[in-house]
Amino acid sequence: MPLAKRLIPCLDVDNGRVVKGVNFVGIRDAGDPVEVAKRYNEQGADEIAFLDITATSDNRATLYEVVEAVASEVFIPLTVGGGIRKLEDIHQLLKVGADKVSINSTAVFNPEFIREASAHFGSQCIVVAIDAKQTLSIAKGDDADRWEIFTHGGRKPTGIDAVQWAQKMATLGAGEILLTSMDGDGTKAGYDLALTRSVSDAISIPVIASGGVGTLEHLVDGITQGHADAVLAASIFHFGEYSIVQAKAAMRDAGLEVRL
Amino acid sequence: MYIAILDLGVGNLRSVEQAVKTVAANCTVEVTADVARIDAADKIILPGQGAVGTWFDQLEARDLRASLESAKTSKPLLGICVGMQAMFDFCTEDGGREGLGWFEGRVEHFSGLQNQTLKIPQMGWNTVKQMQPHPLWHKIDDAAYFYFVHSYCANTSKPENVLASADYGHEFVAAVGADNIFATQFHPEKSHNDGLQLLRNFTEWDGGL
Repeated sequence: MPLAKRLIPCLDVDNGRVVKGVNFVGIRDAGDPVEVAKRYNEQGADEIAFLDITATSDNRATLYEVVEAVASEVFIPLTVGGGIRKLEDIHQLLKVGADKVSINSTAVFNPEFIREASAHFGSQCIVVAIDAKQTLSIAKGDDADRWEIFTHGGRKPTGIDAVQWAQKMATLGAGEILLTSMDGDGTKAGYDLALTRSVSDAISIPVIASGGVGTLEHLVDGITQGHADAVLAASIFHFGEYSIVQAKAAMRDAGLEVRL
Repeated sequence: MYIAILDLGVGNLRSVEQAVKTVAANCTVEVTADVARIDAADKIILPGQGAVGTWFDQLEARDLRASLESAKTSKPLLGICVGMQAMFDFCTEDGGREGLGWFEGRVEHFSGLQNQTLKIPQMGWNTVKQMQPHPLWHKIDDAAYFYFVHSYCANTSKPENVLASADYGHEFVAAVGADNIFATQFHPEKSHNDGLQLLRNFTEWDGGL
């Protein structure tokens, strides 16, 4: 019996509100995180991701309060990301009820942080988030598709190849990769399936596909064609286009193992 | 009723606490590493995440081993994840570590036991096959989904102790128990309604069959 494929609604949170941008900009309000998370928990979401998209140091206290409020209503795994720079940040998030943390920029500045964090808290707790964009410059004169990773919420290019980076993170002890296509994010055009498949096939830890879901078919494609272990989406659920229940039913109807 | 959640400084203790408080409104629930508080508890939950070596180091550092050995013969115990793995004879993680030895068997890395195409850790929802009736399965369907996240799994030659099994490349111990002990590889605190039901059953369990 294979594991059920996971459906993960994502809350992008800015100053205590759920928001959603297109290509990482153009923010739209989508409600109170506690209410939204509670609704997804009740509808049968398999996990919830909570990303603090501004993640400035002065809103840490607010973040902990919101995470604590969300965690008290949610009895499925809760991953929290945004602005994690040191082990103490992880400790604080676990203390207020997170089950896993998602680390992006800090892993790029200091890859050893992933080794330390997974040694200290266990790999199961450490998700490495990768924001990747297709790079024509690298791809030129080369048959293979290439993607470059970005930090700071997609604002800073790094010159690092996404597939190699995912492999390195897995080696250092990451328990899971949250892979976001920046080209796809918020566009509703579907996941970057080539990116998702390239990363998923290259590593032996689970991959969560993210960025670009507009239809329920896209969720199915992320698994069947992208080889992802879990699929993440935000705006299709926030604004009531689809419910978690409908999404799970569509995945089941496509022949995927899901928890209903 | 006072339920103590053993605090060994690792893992998602808060999630366990939140879930137990949700189903046990009339109970006192405390996350504690205090020997006197553990000894005073009516029931003890042994959670755990991360490495089993850290778990045992912390247990020794906090001088809690005797309290657990005493509780083992006297009060309902619920082990979760590494808290379950610790109850076996031996864990191969981190070069090998003696367990509490409450159950026959070894805890070994998935990769040593199965084909290499599966992702490790096993992270997600798997079906749990109930192997024996038990009060903690009350109102939980056989083959219900529970949330797992682990790279090591327990294997035993004593089927009488196996209360549930799950399959990930091969069949492994999803729940083990005897007398007043019940322990799960999966995380009831993260397994939605069925997980909450299991915790509710534990709060109502007298430790018998």
